[in-house]
Amino acid sequence: MTETILSSATREVVIGFDRPFVMIGERINPTGRKLLAQEMKDGDFSRVEADAIAQVEAGAHMLDVNAGIPLADEPALMARAIKLVQSVTDVPLSIDSSIIEALEAGIEVYEGKPLINSVTGEDEVLERVLPLVAKAGAAVVAISNDETGISEDPDVRFAVAKRIVERAADYGIPASDVVVDPLVMPIGAMGTAGQQVFALVRRLRDELHVNTTCGASNVSFGLPNRHAVTGTFLSMAIGAGMTSAIMNPMHAEVKTAVTAADVLAGHDLNCASWIASFRDPNATGAGGRRGRGGRRRAAPG
Amino acid sequence: MSDDAADDEIDLSSLNDEDLTAQMHDDLYDGLAEEIDEATRILLNRGWGPEKVLNVALVEGMRIVGIDFRDGILFVPEVLLAANAMKAGMAILRPLLVETGAEPIGTVVIGTVKGDIHDIGKNLVAMMLEGAGFEVFNLGINTDVDEFLAAIEEHKPDIIGMSALLTTTMPYMRVVIDTLTEKGIRDDHIVLVGGAPLNEEFSEAIGADAYCRDAAVAAETASALVMARRATA
Repeated sequence: MTETILSSATREVVIGFDRPFVMIGERINPTGRKLLAQEMKDGDFSRVEADAIAQVEAGAHMLDVNAGIPLADEPALMARAIKLVQSVTDVPLSIDSSIIEALEAGIEVYEGKPLINSVTGEDEVLERVLPLVAKAGAAVVAISNDETGISEDPDVRFAVAKRIVERAADYGIPASDVVVDPLVMPIGAMGTAGQQVFALVRRLRDELHVNTTCGASNVSFGLPNRHAVTGTFLSMAIGAGMTSAIMNPMHAEVKTAVTAADVLAGHDLNCASWIASFRDPNATGAGGRRGRGGRRRAAPG
Repeated sequence: MSDDAADDEIDLSSLNDEDLTAQMHDDLYDGLAEEIDEATRILLNRGWGPEKVLNVALVEGMRIVGIDFRDGILFVPEVLLAANAMKAGMAILRPLLVETGAEPIGTVVIGTVKGDIHDIGKNLVAMMLEGAGFEVFNLGINTDVDEFLAAIEEHKPDIIGMSALLTTTMPYMRVVIDTLTEKGIRDDHIVLVGGAPLNEEFSEAIGADAYCRDAAVAAETASALVMARRATA
């Protein structure tokens, strides 16, 4: 039973087997968002704030924060974004950069235990990121590629993940604080991309006993009706045992697929979350009640 | 499947040249490699030169594919199938083109830069460039400046294409361009860059000739810039 505990100053989120799937909001990322990139670079963070609030309202349990903008001071932007997001929401964050100084800057200002996104199996990256993670007492996303690229052989990707978990242990980081990203390739370019991930997730869970995550939207790159494909992919990944994903909870098809998969995987006790999400809000029952949950008197004081 | 699918079978050899090339455009669009193989042979047997087959049948067909990909009518898996069909025709034409000494519209050396292992988008660009009639030398992933230089030396490309998907690896594009400048060969080539985190501003700042948003744009830009260069040469 592996549990990865992340926290903000006031709230804890647990990624774990047999627990509700953790949705990590992907929107605060200027890659491919021209307007957001320009605004952030110019010091206008209003869209970051709005995206943070909207994603949490849509059900995100955590938020990913990325400040990767060409020709910008990424560490400074990252620090500012982290501070701002923590001031308007209380969910734990994933600090997302391929630039080590930006990770450092984010960790520096972060309150709580963050998820560091990410480390790969490349020696140089391992040696630079893992000490940071250890020092911050953080958890880390481990991406299963190395210097040789992203292997199409799931056994190779498993071996890379295993090596990262072992190297993390050398730095005193427990396997429970390593969340492996098996790497989701576009299904439109590689027909085996889905099955590769499902097979890997099962092995990562059964043999390495680690939690898993992924950048879910990548799977539907280049296809029409992308959200339906992404949502169904996540349902199937949850069926295989995936425990979290970086995704867009504001796309109803994606979020509904995740929530339903959680019900079917037995992670939603008595289907309570599902019912709460979908009960007709206007139905008035006998005795004027609107379903369960509304009849508890407010506690005194 | 319609009941009369078998009746729809077209005897390619019964079509005149015009109908056959139009059919090849359709077959490229539909990604039918065997049909492209067969039709390419038929045209050659009718005395068409390899260059004419390439330009009138294949490149024109892929141009249509590129437009519909750009406009969201065709999607990535379909473009990959079309490129694969084009490849079937090219396999026959390439040795003949070499024999006749025909020049391709241009030559391209392309690679994902050092430290970056993202392959798919760059390969899509390489395929679209081949579809546009370019000869493409794909250096793969994690390509350092020495590998670019060696390939430039060997293939004398009109175009150098670089891809990066990470904010950490995209600055390496500048390293390559600066090295070309130091060696005094920057202006001998058109430099195109692409990848999710890039934009026009970055492309301009590092001294590239153009940023290409996607594979279709890359093919259009490559053709336009090569034509422009030929016109002024």
